Amino acid sequence: MQTYLGPVQPPTDDKRWKIVEATARRHGREPHALIETLHTVQECFGYLDETALRFVASLLCVPLGRVYGVATFYHFFTLKPKGKHTCVVCTGTACYIKGAQALLSAIEKTYGIKPGETTADGELSLLTARCLGSCGLAPAAVVDGAVVGRIGAPALLARIGKGIRP
Amino acid sequence: MTIEDLRTIAENERQAQKKFQHHVCVCIAAGCLSSGADQVRDAIKKEVAEAGMAGEVLVKGVGCMGLCSAGPLVSVETEDQLFANVTPEDASELVRSIDTGTADLKHCDTAVPFFERQQKIVLENSGKIDPERIEDYISNDGYRALVTAITEMTPPEIVALMVKSGLRGRGGAGYPTGLKWSTVSKTGEQAKYVICNADEGDPGAFMDRAVLESDPHRVLEGMAIAAYAVGAQNGFIYVRAEYPLAVKHLKTAIKQAERLGLLGNNICNSRFSFHVDIRLGAGAFVCGEETALIASIEGQRGAPRPRPPYPAQEGLWNCPTLINNVETFANVAPIVRNGAAWFAAIGTEKSKGTKVFALAGRVANTGLIEVPMGITLREIIHEIGGGIPDGKQYKAVQTGGPSGGCIPEQHLDSPVDYESLARIGSIMGSGGMIVMDETSCMVDVAKYFMEFCASESCGKCVPCRTGTRQMLAILEKITAGEATAADLALLEELCDLVKNTSLCGLGQSAPNPVVTTLKYFHDEYDRHISGEGCPICKEHAASSAEVSQ
Amino acid sequence: MTKAPVRIKTLTIDGREVGAREDQTILDVARENHIFIPTLCDLPGLTAVGACRLCLVEVRGVNRLLPACVTAVAEGMEVSVSSERIDRYRRSILELLFAERNHVCSVCVTNGHCDLQSLALKLGMTHVHFPYQYPRLPVDASHERFVVDHNRCILCTRCVRVCDEIEGAHTWDVMSRGVDCRVITDLAEPWGKSESCTGCGKCVQVCPTGALSEKGKSVAEMSKRRQFLPYLTLMREARR
Repeated sequence: MQTYLGPVQPPTDDKRWKIVEATARRHGREPHALIETLHTVQECFGYLDETALRFVASLLCVPLGRVYGVATFYHFFTLKPKGKHTCVVCTGTACYIKGAQALLSAIEKTYGIKPGETTADGELSLLTARCLGSCGLAPAAVVDGAVVGRIGAPALLARIGKGIRP
Repeated sequence: MTIEDLRTIAENERQAQKKFQHHVCVCIAAGCLSSGADQVRDAIKKEVAEAGMAGEVLVKGVGCMGLCSAGPLVSVETEDQLFANVTPEDASELVRSIDTGTADLKHCDTAVPFFERQQKIVLENSGKIDPERIEDYISNDGYRALVTAITEMTPPEIVALMVKSGLRGRGGAGYPTGLKWSTVSKTGEQAKYVICNADEGDPGAFMDRAVLESDPHRVLEGMAIAAYAVGAQNGFIYVRAEYPLAVKHLKTAIKQAERLGLLGNNICNSRFSFHVDIRLGAGAFVCGEETALIASIEGQRGAPRPRPPYPAQEGLWNCPTLINNVETFANVAPIVRNGAAWFAAIGTEKSKGTKVFALAGRVANTGLIEVPMGITLREIIHEIGGGIPDGKQYKAVQTGGPSGGCIPEQHLDSPVDYESLARIGSIMGSGGMIVMDETSCMVDVAKYFMEFCASESCGKCVPCRTGTRQMLAILEKITAGEATAADLALLEELCDLVKNTSLCGLGQSAPNPVVTTLKYFHDEYDRHISGEGCPICKEHAASSAEVSQ
Repeated sequence: MTKAPVRIKTLTIDGREVGAREDQTILDVARENHIFIPTLCDLPGLTAVGACRLCLVEVRGVNRLLPACVTAVAEGMEVSVSSERIDRYRRSILELLFAERNHVCSVCVTNGHCDLQSLALKLGMTHVHFPYQYPRLPVDASHERFVVDHNRCILCTRCVRVCDEIEGAHTWDVMSRGVDCRVITDLAEPWGKSESCTGCGKCVQVCPTGALSEKGKSVAEMSKRRQFLPYLTLMREARR
C-alpha cells in the first residue's frame, strides 16, 4: 500500500520551517526520520513546542503519541525554551569524583536553579550532561557552547557572571 | 580507484609535506580544544606567516595525542619535541626558535612510561595526521586495506582472516568479531546493514570520541571492509549528538571518501557498493545496547527487545545487521594490511591485540592510552598513569562504567583481559578507567552509578525500571546514615533479582557496581550503618544542606 | 501460495513430554497443554514484548532465565516453569509492581477482576517487603466513556499495542523513560481531547488492572471482555 504524502503546510511563514522540511524530505519523509527531524527543529528553534511536534508528525505521517514518546524519551530534546545563556555541568564519573556536585551547588546557591531549570528572568539555564568526554579535564562544564575544563566553582561562577547579572 | 592510484595520491602527499622543513602539529581534539588549542594553532599560523616562514613550516591541527591533562599539546615532529600547556602567547617563542630547537617552553618528556609503555594500532595516526584531509590518511597507508580487500580478496577470505586474528568486540562484551561477521555473511543475498556503534555512553569514557575526531577515515575503512565481507550495501554510524566535532569530521570524511570513489557505487570498479550515513543519538545511554540502537535508527524510542533473534539475523528493518563498535572497526584495516598472525601475536591467549583506555580520575596522567592486552592494572595506573597525585592513597579503579565494577588494591596485579576482569567482578567494558583515592567513598560511588542506571533505564521491563529505583533509595538511605542491616540485606536481594530477571544488558549489569563494592569494601557499608557514619558523605550532605538554606 | 510443511518439535515442560509446532513459543505450548505460566504484558493476539518478566522459565543447559513468551521451542528442550528460585523472583517482581504505584484493591473498580491481584493471590504473595513509593499521579476522566487512572497502571503496554496493532489508531503511546514512564494519548493531552481516538474501548478491555475502566462502574464492577481479540487477529490474518 502506497501512502499518499500530500503537501503539509508549515505552521507559520517562519523560514526555519523550510529547514525542517528539508531534513524530512532528505529522508523521503519516512517515519524513521523522526529523530533526525526533531534534531533539526531543536537546532532551529532551540526547543520542541506543541506546534513543532504536530508539524513533524504530519510531515512524516507518524502518530502524535509516538512523536511525544520519542521527544520525551531522549534527554537531548527539550520541550521548554532554554534561557538566554546555558551552562551544562558534566556529571560523568571523572567529574563526579573531582567535584561536579560542588559546581552544581554553587550555581544553585547563586542563581537558585536546579539542573533542568531556567532562572525566572530567562537569563540562565542549568543543565547536566552524562559525560562530555572531557574526562581528562575533569571537572568540566560548557558555558554557552564553550567547554571549560578543570574549573572550580568560583571560576565557573565568574565565567557565567560575565554575561549575566545574578 | 586502483592500488596504483592510491599510491600516487600517497606519494604526492608525501612530496608536498616533505617540502616543509618543520612540521608543527597542534592537538585540536576535544580535550585540548577545551583548553584553547584552536587559538594556539591560529597564533602559531599567524606567527609563521609573519616570520615569512610559510614555505618552511607546516602547521596542522591533528587529533588526540593522549596526554589530555597536559593540553594544549603541540609537537614539532621534525625535531621530536613535544610541548605542554602551550598558550597563544607562546607561539612567537616557538616559531622563533624552531630552527635551533631551543624553545623556552614547557617540554613534555616523551621518554616516560606514559609514552613508552603504549603500543598503538588503533591510535597509530592519532595526533599525527590532519583528520580533515583524506590525503594525509592515505599517505599513512590509509585505504590500502580496503582496496586490497576488494581487488584481491574474496569476502569469505576476509571473514576467515578476522576469525583467525582473534579480534573481539571492543564495545564491552568481547564477542568474537569474526564469528559475528560470519553469521551475517551466511544469511544469503539480501539487503543487509553495517552499523558502527559510536554511542559512547559510559560516563568516563572518551576513546571512541578520540578515534572519530582524530582518524575518522580509519573507521569508515573498517566499515567498508566489513560491508564487503558480509555483503552489506548500506551503513550507519550512530554517534552521540554530544560529540559535534566527531560528527563534523565524520561528515567531511564521508564526503571525501565518496569523492575519491572509496565509498559509494561500484567501489574500485567492482560490483561492490557501500553507502554510509550518520545518525545522531539524542542522549540515551540504553541506545548503546544493539537492539535499542536499532530502534533508535528506526526513529523510535530506544527500548531494547528480547534477543534472539539477534541483529545478525534480524536487525535494522528486520534485515541482517552487523553492529560493531568504533574501536573494533578501527582494528580492521591494520589486520587486513598486516595479517591475522601479526595481530594474534599481540595480547594474551584469549584476548588479542590492544585496548584503548580513557584514564581519568585521581591519577597523575589523565588521557587516552593504548596498551597491549594482558598488561596489569598496576602498570597502567602506577607506571603509565604516574600514580596517585597529592600523596594520596589508591583505593579503587572503576572499569566498564555503570556496568562494571570497582577493583581494589589486592587485584591490581590482575592482567587486563576479558576473562580476568570478569573473574574479579568487573568487565572490560568500552574502556573507561576511573581511578579513585581515599577521598572517595565507595558507597557514594555505588550510589552515583545506581542513580545513573535508574535514570537511564528505558522503563520497559519491571525489574530494571522499579528495581534500580528501589536500590537507589536504599543507597541514599545508607549514605544518609539512616539505614539498618535489614536494608543491606534487601539491597543484596535486589542485586540478585535485577541481575537475573532484567530484559537487557543495562538492567542485567546495573547491580555490578553495588555487588563489587559490597564484596571488596563491605567495611565501608558497615561503617555507614553502624552509626559511626562516613566523613565524606557527611561533607556532601553539609554542602547540599548549605544550598537549601 | 504453498505453505512450507510445519515441523513438529518435542520437548518437555516440567517433565511432561509435549509436542509443538516449530514456530510456537514455550508459552504457547504451555497454554495448549494447560500448564500455567504467569504473565502480565502478554496477551494472545498482541505482539509479545517480554517486558513483565513474570514468564521467565529455566531451560536446561542455558544458564540464564528465558522469557517463555518470546522463546521459540527447540527439539529436546527441557523446560521448568516453576522452581523455588523462579517463584521467589516472580513474587518479588509482583511486589515491585505493587510498591511502584498506588494499588489499593479495596477501592478499585476492577477489584476481583484484576490480573495483577489474581496473580498475587495465585503466586502466594502475602505482603510487600519493598518500601512503597507513593508517587502522586493523576486520574484523567476527560473522556466521555472511559477513565485512565495512572495510579493503577503497570506499564504493560497492552493498551498501546491493541490500539496500534488491532484498532490501527495508535492513540496510545508511552512517554518519558524509567520510573517516569506514563501511557499517554496523542501529545499527552487529556484523553477526551484526543483527535485520533476512535472511542472503540479495546484498550479498556485489554487493560489487566483498573488503570483503564468504563465510566459509571462502581468498585469491583468492572470486568473485562477480551474474546474479541483472538477473533479479530484471526480474521485479519486470514485477509492477508
